Amino acid sequence: MPDAKQATEQQTINVKLKVKRYDPADSGGKTWWQEYEVDVHPDSTVLDSLIEVREQNDGTLAMRCACRASICGSCGMKVNGSAKLVCKTRVIDVAPNGEQLIIEPMGNQHVVKDLVVSLDTFFSQIKRVEPFLQPDHVPAQGEYIASNSSMENLLTSMNCIMCGCCVSDCTVLEVDANFIGPAALAKAWRFTEDPRDGKRDERLKMLNDEDGGMWDCTRCMKCVDVCPKGVAPMDRIMELREAAIKAGNTNTPGYHHTESFYNSVKKNGRLDETRLAIDSAGWTNLPRLLDLAPIGIAAMRKGKLPPLMPHKSEDNQKVKDLYKSVEDES
Amino acid sequence: MKYAFYPGCVARGGAPELYDSALAVMDRLGIEHVELTKAACTGAGVLQEKNLKMGDILNVRTFAMAEQMGLPIMVLCSTCQGVMSQANHRVKKDPEYLAEVNKHLAAEGLEYKGTTSVKHLLWALIEDIGLEKLKETFTRELTGMNMAPFYGCYMVRPTDALEFKANPTRETSLEDLIESVGGNVTDFAGKTACCGFPILFINQANSMKMVANHTGTAKDLGADAMVTPCPLCHLNLDGYQPKARKQVRGDKADLPVIHVPQLIGLAMGMSEKTLGLQKHIVSTKEIVRKAEALPTRV
Repeated sequence: MPDAKQATEQQTINVKLKVKRYDPADSGGKTWWQEYEVDVHPDSTVLDSLIEVREQNDGTLAMRCACRASICGSCGMKVNGSAKLVCKTRVIDVAPNGEQLIIEPMGNQHVVKDLVVSLDTFFSQIKRVEPFLQPDHVPAQGEYIASNSSMENLLTSMNCIMCGCCVSDCTVLEVDANFIGPAALAKAWRFTEDPRDGKRDERLKMLNDEDGGMWDCTRCMKCVDVCPKGVAPMDRIMELREAAIKAGNTNTPGYHHTESFYNSVKKNGRLDETRLAIDSAGWTNLPRLLDLAPIGIAAMRKGKLPPLMPHKSEDNQKVKDLYKSVEDES
Repeated sequence: MKYAFYPGCVARGGAPELYDSALAVMDRLGIEHVELTKAACTGAGVLQEKNLKMGDILNVRTFAMAEQMGLPIMVLCSTCQGVMSQANHRVKKDPEYLAEVNKHLAAEGLEYKGTTSVKHLLWALIEDIGLEKLKETFTRELTGMNMAPFYGCYMVRPTDALEFKANPTRETSLEDLIESVGGNVTDFAGKTACCGFPILFINQANSMKMVANHTGTAKDLGADAMVTPCPLCHLNLDGYQPKARKQVRGDKADLPVIHVPQLIGLAMGMSEKTLGLQKHIVSTKEIVRKAEALPTRV
């Protein structure tokens, strides 16, 4: 009789994979789905299963991997529609009952072959934020010294291994290739928050002003969800916005939108939807205001135009008092 | 069941049919509620861009009010759900932060102890009422009607704050509800994506592409309607659908986007008017006609 340990070692699980293939050499590029089945050790990752496929079933399957320990960031791909590092994804967690796994290359990036995407898009975004320290002075003596806490503050973003998962699943990049993307913005934050950097204001202004900058994020949280290293890019983008506003960047619809929202709740306890739309468009921006008109008229005809005089929460003076106590504190 | 009811700004503003249909459905189900008329807006994640702590204080104030009443909060909006869940998550895991927030509430005689739960009507129907009991209130099965789910980002992410692990039915709540009324789920990848509403006033071109892609794809897959627990998604996917479809796809707006209580109400045999279906921008006439043509039981 084998003992329990041996029995466990002998066990295997059956993994069913449906892989999206692409061969650029095949008459100008052919895409197809291919199904595989392999038996692997119960502790195996999705990457282990794909390697098994490549070694035992189909040597033509192209994928990229190196460290197998979620350090190198090479093996990003979509598992059941969501970007993951497959070396960090155990089969048992994503297919507990032997379900077929749908494997695709990452999104929003150019596919080279099968599961391999080009990193050109990713790094062209990263380059836009000048991802290196730019101090404005040379210390009189010795090195640039930064406090321990200021470095700890950067840990989230410094954990980025540039795997591209956040870029893959970004809902803005899906419709707008010009968006700078979550990875680059998280990288930019790492420099605006670094006390040794001398270009904080310029960086914030650039990301505030440029098309496809910080205000184009929809706050959908996909990047937070798929990031395998806890960088939480969207949270960094929110901090960039707060910093940009504090640094005096008040020229964007994004700023007016946030400001209007903040003040509407301060004044009424509730959101004034009509005012928010007009404030965001800009009171003097005639083309944008005219653009709102047909929507307003259509809503009015259906009896659902938001009230022109905003609803207020009952006893809304209490909310005003709260705002005061928080604002006084800071 | 009894809840501290937080309908949210949009149900009281730009989507009044959501408020009306929710009350009608809750009444039919015998769900008691006390509306939190003094509560402030959640901030929708937008106010938080300027001042996260201010947002947390406003939400904790609402939690404290419900806690005093000894009731869980019910919301009608994915965004309210998500923003409240995140605020609740932050203060519950950090007692020092909670104490700091409570300091600001003391003037109003409020203190939050951390016991309030926040539940969207969709989750309450499944977790508190139960789909089997819900089905007993239906007078017709919406057989043959194809419904595409559209969750709204804040109902699905981040899963830790939304407590998906402790409540595994939340991941498929909308599909389960559609099946409970007898409808077919039109599944599509966009169901957990962004509707584009948050950037409507910031980058309208991108927002319109999102509206056109989601409604167009669902329609191409055979959907009769889209169902959403989020009135913000509704405002964009319904209100801006004519513009988006014309601008991006060169076709016409043809996919009604209905609220969760409207779907339930159709299965309960409620009228178009009770459910406010005539208030939609994209016509709901065809789905009302389809539903009314189905056999009813007493």
